[in-house]
Amino acid sequence: MAHGPTFEPKNSVLKWTEERLPIFGLIHGSLGPGYPAPRNLNYWWNFGSLAGLCLVIQIITGIILAMHYTPHIDMAFDSVERITRDVNYGWLMRYMHTNGASMFFIAVYIHIFRGMYYGSYKAPREMLWMLGLVIMLLMMATAFMGYVLPWGQMSFWGATVITNFFSAFNDLYAGSGNGDGLGDMVVSLLLGGFSVDNPTLNRFYSLHYLLPFVITGVVILHIWALHIPGSNNPLGIDMKGKQDKIPFHPYYTAKDGFGVFVFLAIFAMVIFYAPDSMGHPDNYIPADPMVTPAHIVPEWYFLPFYTILKSFTIDFIITAKFWGVIAMFASIILLFFLPWLDSSKVRSAQFRPVFRFFFWVLLVDLVVLTWIGAKSADEIIFMDIQAVTIGQVATFWYFFHFFFLLPVLSRVEKTLPLPESIASAVIKDKA
Amino acid sequence: MTTIETTNEHDEGATRRDFLNVFAVVGSAVGTAAFVWPLVDQMNPAADTLALASIEVDLSAVEEGQSVKVKWRGKPVFVRHRTAAEIATAKADDGASDLKDPESDADRVTAGKEQWLVMVGVCTHLGCVPLGQQGEYGGWFCPCHGSHYDTSGRIRKGPAPKNLEVPSYSFLSDTRVLIG
Ligand code: HEM
Ligand code: FES
Repeated sequence: MAHGPTFEPKNSVLKWTEERLPIFGLIHGSLGPGYPAPRNLNYWWNFGSLAGLCLVIQIITGIILAMHYTPHIDMAFDSVERITRDVNYGWLMRYMHTNGASMFFIAVYIHIFRGMYYGSYKAPREMLWMLGLVIMLLMMATAFMGYVLPWGQMSFWGATVITNFFSAFNDLYAGSGNGDGLGDMVVSLLLGGFSVDNPTLNRFYSLHYLLPFVITGVVILHIWALHIPGSNNPLGIDMKGKQDKIPFHPYYTAKDGFGVFVFLAIFAMVIFYAPDSMGHPDNYIPADPMVTPAHIVPEWYFLPFYTILKSFTIDFIITAKFWGVIAMFASIILLFFLPWLDSSKVRSAQFRPVFRFFFWVLLVDLVVLTWIGAKSADEIIFMDIQAVTIGQVATFWYFFHFFFLLPVLSRVEKTLPLPESIASAVIKDKA
Repeated sequence: MTTIETTNEHDEGATRRDFLNVFAVVGSAVGTAAFVWPLVDQMNPAADTLALASIEVDLSAVEEGQSVKVKWRGKPVFVRHRTAAEIATAKADDGASDLKDPESDADRVTAGKEQWLVMVGVCTHLGCVPLGQQGEYGGWFCPCHGSHYDTSGRIRKGPAPKNLEVPSYSFLSDTRVLIG
């Protein structure tokens, strides 16, 4: 258990309060000198606090947007335009919220990859890892529903395509083929109608408002689970004695604070100079249920999963469509099993050269999946190769990595010798 | 001795108490389930959404080789006046081996009115609106993930699993059709 000195207030008011509600002790123990952290955390450890900052930014700007937004299909688009044009600083609130969602995903994805590189998902941090994945899933749901709210063409068609994933359940029970299969029933339950329409917009708005607070709750559990074993570190070995630790405050509050300034500076550059760079121009066209845009793409943070969905083109026992949907969900769900797929006792990739190599291959694979996600299936990439083919290879590799390479590698790989302790490694580095 | 006594006492009391426990738990479970249903069912299409009337379409202005797109239940419906060549290819392909969802052209149109093809214009993959007279089979092409439909609206290539849906409709006269 990562426990530092207990909190003993001298001030009588603090003492009185603490005896009745030990809240200062909680803060002291989570962020203050009461939380001893490994002395060797690098900048990749900044992204947890940055993700927390993003959540706060989304909630504040979101609540402000909600004061001016109208959740009705005839008025939603115009109300968002009004926010950007007429409401005082409305443009700022909206661009912070839109780009804030992207920044949130950047922070969280880096945070996850940090965990994958340094083996933070391994014992005793499995619960921490899984709670993190729950947060990621909730974020995806939140961002998807938020993107529907401005009611542009991408909002509408994104919502149509994504809710139609569930029509794949028609494979299990097709009904008469006239819209009464299991999948059709699930889709109309989600939409509140036969197509994406006003009832859909209303319920998405309600849930988009709710979910960030659910996320906040899971974040609290996530931090609670973190504070039981304490932070992992770049060496991936446990803290042994006092010489391995430093108090969170002031050391990491300062380091996190520096990260916040860098992050906000980048965020500000995006908001002020390229506020639409991560969005799609078609979402500035009001939704039209009769016309699908020539090329629909989800937000960038969904692209890898979208490629996996599109990679299944052949019916085999069940339809290609069902395979695509299953594979897409599986690609995320499998991460819950990562602590058991990778059975190596050594956490950090620093001491696992082969694992490290394949970690970077996986990262490249995800870049490819992202890049292909934005292409149409039959686009020629080079020579005669279509986008869909490259997507299929990358999809194969993704599953191969987790289901074959990792389990095998973690059993056969020769790892490098681990240092004696964090302190000895850090001091040797300095010498 | 005491052990036996308590066991006896326990046995006797337990049957009644167990009954009450089971009754209470099952009763609450049924009650909760009964209340959860309204919470779920409110999400389903409301009465006014279901009441969306059927629509009548006038075909007199649709020349051979032209199509109209009308809105029904919030979705587009294609009504195509097919050319003789399109009908011929559709029929010739009835036995094609690449039909994923085999259906004859005759089953998709009204007998004697083969020139009129009426379909819900929603791709059976993930719901986009396919583009007419495009794709490798001269029928419809869905730009979203590349599904090709033939001149009978049958899926021939790409990720979509089913042919474009033919809604229930009937001809009121030679030039008027009632959809829904
Ligand atoms: C996890 C946190 C959140 C994420 C990831 C998120 C994400 C998004 C995204 C991607 C959009 C679409 C932006 C656009 O394209 O214009 C959006 C819109 C919106 N969000 Fe959020 N959001 C979050 C929290 C909230 C909260 C707490 C509220 C407050 C009630 C809120 C209210 C709104 C409103 C009113 C809109 C429509 C206005 C607009 O489109 O600019 N959001 N959100
Ligand atoms: S929605 Fe038509 S191909 Fe996917």
